[in-house]
Amino acid sequence: MTLVQAASLLRTRQISAQELTTAFLERIQRLNPIINAFITVDHEGAMQAAKQADARLNNGTATPMTGIPIGVKDLFCTENLTTTCGSKMLAQFRPPYESTVTRKLKEAGAVILGKTNMDEFAMGSSNETSFFGPVKNPWDISRIPGGSSGGSAAALAAQLALATIGSDTGGSIRQPAALTGITGLKPTYGRVSRSGMIAFASSLDQAGPMAWSAADAAMVLHTIAGYDPLDSTSIQADVPDYVNALATRMDGIRIGIPTEYRPDNLNAEIQKALTEAEQTFRDLGASLVPISLPHTRYAIPTYYIIAPAEASSNLARYDGIRFGYRCDDPKDLKDMYTRSRNEGFGAEVKRRIMLGTYVLSSGYYDAYYRKAQKVRRLIADDFHQAFQHVDLILTPTTPTTAFPLGDKIDDPIAMYLSDLFTISVNLAGLPAMSIPCGADQLGLPIGMQMIAPILKEDKLLSAAHAFQTATPWHQRKPEP
Amino acid sequence: MSIPIETVRHVAALARLHVDEATLPALTEQLSNILNLVNQLNELDTQDVVPMSHAVDMPTPERPDIVVNTQRKEALLANAPDVAQGHFQVPKIIE
Repeated sequence: MTLVQAASLLRTRQISAQELTTAFLERIQRLNPIINAFITVDHEGAMQAAKQADARLNNGTATPMTGIPIGVKDLFCTENLTTTCGSKMLAQFRPPYESTVTRKLKEAGAVILGKTNMDEFAMGSSNETSFFGPVKNPWDISRIPGGSSGGSAAALAAQLALATIGSDTGGSIRQPAALTGITGLKPTYGRVSRSGMIAFASSLDQAGPMAWSAADAAMVLHTIAGYDPLDSTSIQADVPDYVNALATRMDGIRIGIPTEYRPDNLNAEIQKALTEAEQTFRDLGASLVPISLPHTRYAIPTYYIIAPAEASSNLARYDGIRFGYRCDDPKDLKDMYTRSRNEGFGAEVKRRIMLGTYVLSSGYYDAYYRKAQKVRRLIADDFHQAFQHVDLILTPTTPTTAFPLGDKIDDPIAMYLSDLFTISVNLAGLPAMSIPCGADQLGLPIGMQMIAPILKEDKLLSAAHAFQTATPWHQRKPEP
Repeated sequence: MSIPIETVRHVAALARLHVDEATLPALTEQLSNILNLVNQLNELDTQDVVPMSHAVDMPTPERPDIVVNTQRKEALLANAPDVAQGHFQVPKIIE
């Protein structure tokens, strides 16, 4: 069942929000011990929200999201509901306020089932850095679901929610969406408010929907997007009606195919799936245009300066004083800082704090951070020039399908390269989406990425919807 | 390029992180490898490029300057590991 179908059943009162929520909570109870997609399940809060949703559905004040059971990545602050960010540091943290994203979802009547698992502080590409244990890929539980929004992706793939919310700093919505066979959208930087979203790299972080289809994602994005006075980087622009913008044809649309995203050593099955997707787009009326994004290979080096630099600043707030973990029996203030941080953070988070501190330290700022900011502009300019000639850009989302648990966790650089195709988009601030477009010989999902100009989420969703109208890939589900 | 272990110790102190001596060599090697990766940027001449500090070119949004914060002392203290008389409590810092 998709979100759109459930919304219709709720509206016509063929099913109640309480029945729907109960069914999902039971499924979570059965499958979450295997998948580990949720860190916290809020039975009581969900049932209460469902009851209120039924009242709204009966009295005519419902929105299309009213009564829809969803999961939210555990880095969105939810008032009085534990928000861990996948870290021991925040294992007991009960936020005193609500993130704008979850406030909007609650106001629309959505039912939050719980908080989904994630890489610690969203740093990781496999969901193996979570303090609460790795998430398993519902397609093959010996494999990773991708990260950092691995719990949100796996919850959806295992049908533990009708939609989930993720966040994407370097690919954290799109990469797990590709590896679990779902639809994930990273909006334009600033399209969705970051208020109440626990910060990782503030110039890159962006929240977005994960869903079974572009039509479902359009409904969720419509609910969470928009200017927010609580986030000075949120964009003051009207939110279009993403649902009405969905089309089934693509006549006149020009799709750019960047040569840099089709390296010779690209996985042959992914290559084949992309070639077939290109033919589908041609059949839908689009034209394909070869393009070049010459600075692509500098995206990962640029990201691994900017993201750790911003992370080391953001994570300086965890000092064991106002909230978060504090070590036992600190000798003095410095002992409290260093031991609390050492015991509260995991290895990857510490590695990135170290890297960020190094590149920002006295004498290195110009050589690293400023240099990276300059290359960041070159990468963004590549896209802006390409969009003079094309409406969308099509690439693979990931270099491989889901890899086995434990495969890359001890090799940070191999892990970083999982985000090879997704990172440039964050640096350029652009909206992008991953949708399923095939399967490898083991049956594992393959995703493709579409990238659009700033604030053109409507074009992205529309193209994805047209593709999903013509192909069945998004309807494939893992065996229960 | 490999960074000296001493530098890693210094950076850990700056970051207020304690690094076990036993893990120091492995961490140093990992950080060196990552720095070698990011040093690829030096292949590019960026003399005339303006640094990009914000992802989207837009004016700073404005809002009415009105007080919206409310007195929420209890709620804000509720997450503190140690509280005394309405204050955050820390280890003794002055002899």
